[in-house]
Amino acid sequence: MNAFANHFSFEFRTGMRDKTLLLMNYLFPLGVYAMLGLLMTELNPPFVETMIPAMIVFAILSGTVLSLPNPLVTAREAGIFRSYKINGVPATSILTIPALTTILHMVVVAAIITATAPLLFGAPPPINWPGFILFFLLTAFACAGLGMLISVISSSTRAVVLWSQLIFLPSMMIGGLMIPFSMLPDALSKVGLLLPATHAMNAFQGLAQNQGAAFDPLWSVLILLAGGILSLGLAIYLFCWDRLNTTRRGHPTLALLALLPYGVGVVLL
Amino acid sequence: MNDYVIKVRDFRKVYGDLVAVDSISFEVQRGEIFGLLGPNGAGKTSTLESLEGLRAPDGGSLQVMGVDPARESRKLRNLIGVQLQTSGLPDSMRVDEAMRFFCAYHGVAPHYHLLDRLGLAERMGAQYHTLSAGLQRRLALAVAVAHNPPVMFLDEPTAGLDVPSRIELHNLMRELQTAGTTIILATHDMAEAEKMADRVAILLRGKIVATGTPRELTATGAGLTKVSVRTEGPSLSDPSITFPAVSQVAFKDDYAIYYSTDPGPTVSAIIVHIEAQGDTLIDLRVERPSLEERFLEITGTRGGQ
Repeated sequence: MNAFANHFSFEFRTGMRDKTLLLMNYLFPLGVYAMLGLLMTELNPPFVETMIPAMIVFAILSGTVLSLPNPLVTAREAGIFRSYKINGVPATSILTIPALTTILHMVVVAAIITATAPLLFGAPPPINWPGFILFFLLTAFACAGLGMLISVISSSTRAVVLWSQLIFLPSMMIGGLMIPFSMLPDALSKVGLLLPATHAMNAFQGLAQNQGAAFDPLWSVLILLAGGILSLGLAIYLFCWDRLNTTRRGHPTLALLALLPYGVGVVLL
Repeated sequence: MNDYVIKVRDFRKVYGDLVAVDSISFEVQRGEIFGLLGPNGAGKTSTLESLEGLRAPDGGSLQVMGVDPARESRKLRNLIGVQLQTSGLPDSMRVDEAMRFFCAYHGVAPHYHLLDRLGLAERMGAQYHTLSAGLQRRLALAVAVAHNPPVMFLDEPTAGLDVPSRIELHNLMRELQTAGTTIILATHDMAEAEKMADRVAILLRGKIVATGTPRELTATGAGLTKVSVRTEGPSLSDPSITFPAVSQVAFKDDYAIYYSTDPGPTVSAIIVHIEAQGDTLIDLRVERPSLEERFLEITGTRGGQ
């Protein structure tokens, strides 16, 4: 087994072994899914139409933006990256392998939601499966990129909470998960365009359900892709091996460049 | 011809206004155990971490087996094994996983026998955070030596270890040395440095203030050799008796204790005196100044400058 596969296997098992990761990757999103499935189908029946993508985007945000950065920051603070550097573990592996294993955990969660929501809550399954898979992968990639970037720029786990919540909470409220994007006031919809969740939900409606998307889903695809690539590139560029930041190549504010595609979306859409 | 594995020339490391290491130079030969000693903040860790490629020097040059650690980290990684002072392993990593993980990155098969050798075989499935501090250090050492590196950096390797583990570690260090491994040992334990190191360098405020074999260092100090003598009769009981090179006399537990600047003539004179008095010698002990005493002498006298 080569080093990458060994590292991947270790990180994946850690996602199940570590109680916090297990909670954030599985128990929290599936618990919220079950709770909202029971409540919202009674209180807000139209929610069922977008239940599958909304819960998948919620799970992805939980696994990537909320959960992914903390272990990376803790490991850096504990000097684990120094040990990795000495032993030849590349920075790209340190960042991308936890992101990839998180995405794999999200695949499992997404599969559970997609398989059970039609049976338990009468949610409509995706019509266009390739489009659904594309929506999932793009959303996971874009959000994992942001998670990696948060881990790199956060000086402590407290800073992680701040940055993560800055993305997570608005995504919940105006990212199209609970309230459709088309129902938001103009000002809020502009803010909503800065969030990956908005584009994920729009891409799902256009690509997977062949429903009328709020705007051209191709824009969402491009913005999520560009956002993911920029986040990944910036995370690798800004990566530092230890808390003294002696090896960081740029100022953390450069991370804001990752929002550039979303900003372009605000201007154009 | 000297076969230097590590060459440090005018190495300098600065953090803001603080000069952590101020133009130090030293070499380490192949197969040598080289002790790096000094009080906290002396520059040991900065020197070690720069040699390990974790920090870039601010001046001078460093070479480990001909490789510049700051520029050629890929080449360096298979040449060195490092046991860091702090853990360096993820909490949830199991003992066997740690061995597989790091061996995979070095491209070698896992050396599980090292875990057995270091008393970790029964804890193979235990996660790192459940191990005691001593077991954590043993695991860190096992993964550091698993790829058989020609140069080892050990930072406080016996801190937190019990006596059997310490002996086992010292035996392992000797085995590695016999196999040709060069070991850089940073330690606060002077007895360990005196026992294990072929040569030591004492750092103080970023400068090397003494270097040499432990014996050379202790011999050059102002420390006095302690000569303890016990006799059957009272031949040494009079404190006014003088012997060559003796500067202090004390009596404790039936022993007459002489502090000598030159123990050879002192011991000879004591034996002659005992025989001349018709007395019988029961016990005689000569204790030269320890490295710890010499270290305290050096760091104490220069620390206040």
